[in-house]
Amino acid sequence: MEVPILKQGPYLIASIQSALSDEDLVQLRDALVAQVGKLRSRGVIVDVTALDVMDSFATRTLRDIAHMIRLRGAEMVIVGIQPEVAFALVRLGLKLEGVATALDLEEGILYLNRKMGESGKEMKHRGR
Amino acid sequence: MGDDRNPKALRATLSSHSARNRADEAEAVHVSIKSDRDIIFARQKGKELASRLGFSNTDLTLIATAISELARNIVLYAKTGEVYLKTVKQGERRGLSVVASDEGQGIPDLQRALQDGYSTSHSLGLGLPGVRRLMDEFEINSELNRGTTVSVKKWVP
Amino acid sequence: MAKVRQKNAMAPMDDPVELLRELVAHLQQNRTLLREEWARRITEAKLLTAMSKDEIFAEATAIYDNYIEALESGTFEALQAYARNLSERIIPRGVETHEVIGIVLLLRDVLARSLFAKYQSDFTLYNRILDAYEPAANRIANTVAVGFVQERERVIREQQEAIRVLSTPVLQVRERLLILPIIGVIDPQRARQLTEQLLRGIRTNRAKVVVIDITGVPVMDANVANHLVQTVEATRLLGATVIITGLSPEIAQTLVTIGVDLGKMNTVGDLQGGIEEAERLLGYKVVPLGESPHSV
Repeated sequence: MEVPILKQGPYLIASIQSALSDEDLVQLRDALVAQVGKLRSRGVIVDVTALDVMDSFATRTLRDIAHMIRLRGAEMVIVGIQPEVAFALVRLGLKLEGVATALDLEEGILYLNRKMGESGKEMKHRGR
Repeated sequence: MGDDRNPKALRATLSSHSARNRADEAEAVHVSIKSDRDIIFARQKGKELASRLGFSNTDLTLIATAISELARNIVLYAKTGEVYLKTVKQGERRGLSVVASDEGQGIPDLQRALQDGYSTSHSLGLGLPGVRRLMDEFEINSELNRGTTVSVKKWVP
Repeated sequence: MAKVRQKNAMAPMDDPVELLRELVAHLQQNRTLLREEWARRITEAKLLTAMSKDEIFAEATAIYDNYIEALESGTFEALQAYARNLSERIIPRGVETHEVIGIVLLLRDVLARSLFAKYQSDFTLYNRILDAYEPAANRIANTVAVGFVQERERVIREQQEAIRVLSTPVLQVRERLLILPIIGVIDPQRARQLTEQLLRGIRTNRAKVVVIDITGVPVMDANVANHLVQTVEATRLLGATVIITGLSPEIAQTLVTIGVDLGKMNTVGDLQGGIEEAERLLGYKVVPLGESPHSV
């Protein structure tokens, strides 16, 4: 199942609806990394509220996507990780290092807004 | 045996069966792993079976995650294999047993594969120490060029 | 002569219903005497010592009447309800299972003796009366005892649950801020339960910052310390931040020994400092008393 990607102002929102096959995940990665440039998005939110299991492949792919998004000049935040899933992830030894997380979509947008505010100040100094 | 044809006797057997606690009867599901889609199917089946045993939500997630990892190892290293899910009993304890087996190349350095950090140094796969932490019992047999069988169990607390 | 009497009595007295009716009539006629006798025997046997004489007599009367009703109607619902109600009242006063079983058996004995006194001249009739009385009396004794034990088990279960919740309270002190004061020894099982409770609490309260205070935790082995680290990591995955306060020198040493990445652990000396830090993270300004806001 393909993950729908919505454009919301300067942000892209990908909300995962059901368990994803590896192919779906790779497809999501390629789509996000491409669109972030095409639409000149400043931030990406991946909503995983609907996922009842995140295994190592899913987790690492999400981490890769976050790193690639950063290399493309935007910020990514994962929102909606379920308590049970978080517990299983740390048990498995997967910590999503270097990836921002937030409670839900609302918090994710606030996080990106704050980040934009911070980098906005830097940008001015650099004269962009 | 002649009783089987007697509808009354048959009904009696049927009703005594359905009257028995469902959890008392061993249930088993077998999933052939041929592609990554089968990973999702296997963990869903495992979750279903485990929820009937009365595991908590957190435990169901731990079990499904472990099944996902074991099935993924099959896809990554042996291409195809089998996952057997079965409810088990030991005295008063009930639990779920998961056996993942393949006829792949086997794991060359089992000792190293069971060490933490082995999986993270490689970008994907194995993660056997992680699976061990998710479950209560863990057993592995691997023979070079013959295949690998991992058996894990989780008991209802 | 006895033979003749027996034959004549046979027709109506053979019917168990008739026998029971006669029995109930006897118990009703001797109500005052028998329940006084019963209450006396209870005191004598030093049962229900937690209760006063008057209380014992009042309860004895109620049980006695319910007892007769159960014998008469053959239904046990009213008695069952009374037994539950009685148990609810006497369990908090420390009445033990053996006392409840003791008083029911005493009543059985008091009544059987009174029946013996009445029917001793006619052994055959006495036997049949007992045949009618015994099963009902046994069931009554059973109902009361089982009711008591069930109620006791329910109370114990409730208390266990209360202790479990109390041992790891997740407190919301202000919007988006949770405090988890942990007291006592943590074993792996409790560590896990605590983590699950905290993660759920974060979701339901939409918490952004959690202060885990472990001032009350005397020791922590490497295994439990690892659990604590995992709790911190899982909390971050939900999008919240953990501040740990009250780390003792011993636990600090354990954490260093197992090689915890201290860069990821947000620790503050005491709970007060932890809450201040949490409020800072949440964007509240902490203004010292006596300083007016505009001077900041």
